[in-house]
Amino acid sequence: MSDHEYIPKSKAAKWFNDRLPLLTLGAHLTDYPTPKNLNYWWTFGGILTFCLITQIVTGIVLAMHYVAHADLAFGSVEHIMRNVNYGWLIRYIHSNGASMFFLAVYIHIFRSLFYGSYKSPREIIWILGLMIYLLMMAAAFLGYVLPWGQMSFWGATVITNLFSAIPLVGESITTWLWGAYSVDNPTLNRFFSLHYLFPFLILGLVVLHIWALHIPGNNNPVGIDIKKPSKDTVPFHPYITIKDAFALLVFMIIFAGFVFFTPNVLGHSDNYIPANPLVTPAHIVPEWYLLPFYAILRSVPDKLGGVILMFSAIFILFVLPWLDTSKVRSAVFRPIYRQFFWILVVDVLMLGYVGAMPAEGVYLVLARVGTIYYFLHFIVVLPVVGLLEKTDPIPMSISEPVMTGGAEPSLARKLNEKV
Amino acid sequence: MSKEEKKVNRRDFLFTASYTIGAVGVGAVIWPMIDQMNPDKAQQALATTEVDISQVEPGKSITVLWRGKPIFVKRRTPGEIQEARSVNLDDLPDPQKDEERVKEGKDEWLVMLGVCTHLGCVPLKDKGDYNGWFCPCHGSHYDVSGRVRKGPAPTNMEIPKFEFLDNNTIKIG
Repeated sequence: MSDHEYIPKSKAAKWFNDRLPLLTLGAHLTDYPTPKNLNYWWTFGGILTFCLITQIVTGIVLAMHYVAHADLAFGSVEHIMRNVNYGWLIRYIHSNGASMFFLAVYIHIFRSLFYGSYKSPREIIWILGLMIYLLMMAAAFLGYVLPWGQMSFWGATVITNLFSAIPLVGESITTWLWGAYSVDNPTLNRFFSLHYLFPFLILGLVVLHIWALHIPGNNNPVGIDIKKPSKDTVPFHPYITIKDAFALLVFMIIFAGFVFFTPNVLGHSDNYIPANPLVTPAHIVPEWYLLPFYAILRSVPDKLGGVILMFSAIFILFVLPWLDTSKVRSAVFRPIYRQFFWILVVDVLMLGYVGAMPAEGVYLVLARVGTIYYFLHFIVVLPVVGLLEKTDPIPMSISEPVMTGGAEPSLARKLNEKV
Repeated sequence: MSKEEKKVNRRDFLFTASYTIGAVGVGAVIWPMIDQMNPDKAQQALATTEVDISQVEPGKSITVLWRGKPIFVKRRTPGEIQEARSVNLDDLPDPQKDEERVKEGKDEWLVMLGVCTHLGCVPLKDKGDYNGWFCPCHGSHYDVSGRVRKGPAPTNMEIPKFEFLDNNTIKIG
């Protein structure tokens, strides 16, 4: 993958590397030519890796103390909080870690939307990323069920009942998912098993995601193809590692702020009431990171229609690289798309807000407007804007705008022509 | 040429036969892996519940647990029965006569799965716009016969299989 062949210095290292080229891989990752203009929005890949490892490590520790049984689960979580040494800390890191994971992944996704990182030749990276995102949502949902509080139980009931909307086989599928005739002990047991499995599936997909990234190399804020290695690139280590490390440090300060000062602010107090199959809480809401999709689900006054629209909202992202007709990647040079991008950001935030509110009155109207706009953005705005938009002139290289002071990117070209 | 063709045909047959047997084998192994997730014998054993209804006053209801789900047993007043039967069927999203939802001669007893047909929450009694039940999750309204009147729920609340063992006892399931 690197342009140069790596040769280990010592004889023993060479002997090993000839049999398993791990040292070559290490050298590739160290020297990996990276665009020199990557900004802080590009540090979230590293942050997400940190989040995944944090969830896996704290999760394995929690599983040593947790009991996956309908009669014991709630008590065992309280046991972790009160009796297990540092159990409160490990559990709060794990529960807030899920939120931090989603915060980072949403920034990561919107960075890709702004700078056109999903476009050719990076479609596979984008699709692998969406698969990771889907698995993240599944893992987060499964994990939220494990404490077996009221929100766990009724969240599980509502989400599994989504499948009952499927014509003919829906009821059978729901019963199959439950292993009972309602959400019950068999459901909790299998959810624990799958919750333990999914992070490792995510880890596997992350390896593919990074592998696919290292074929074309990073996109960059200017969004142009660059020669690698060249004056436009820097080696990954130490230039990017140090920048990633600094961003991670800032991220960890915010993370720690939640864990130590407001560990329950992102959760719901109803989940400290043990699960009761006879009483549904008056106001049930999913975790904040699922709210936009929940708003879309509730905006449709038809069961099957709502479920279809909610899943479509995610699956439409898979065809995004083919919906966007513009050849220019970065929104920096797309004055019209740039504005629609920010409208989409506001739209998704608004959907998240109304998803947390009761589905009635003005909130229902906002949810419907937001849902329609969400789909319009992908189905109409992206293809049409890509065809009609007059994009700004694109620099020949990353170095060019810097050399000319950044004011007139094509000036360097003109000067070169004169000389 | 004919010799070669014969060879290829024999190889094709072997491939097809191998794939077929392989597919049957894989299917035979996958099915137990899928079916193990269906309700087990212990779950199926909980299929019936007997309920004593002698303490239920007219206009009141009790909730019992059957297969992990709540069952509403409501003893309706004559006024409520009258109200349920005076509804125009064309006004119902899932048209069904009240008579079809109760046992003949036991019109006051409404025995119903207390689960919203939208996404499975438990509706609250004596709430909503139709003097029946209201689901707090996504706002479905049910009338005094448990029929959906408004909201995202597609069908009426389900009537489970049940029978009167005597005047004071019902068997659900």
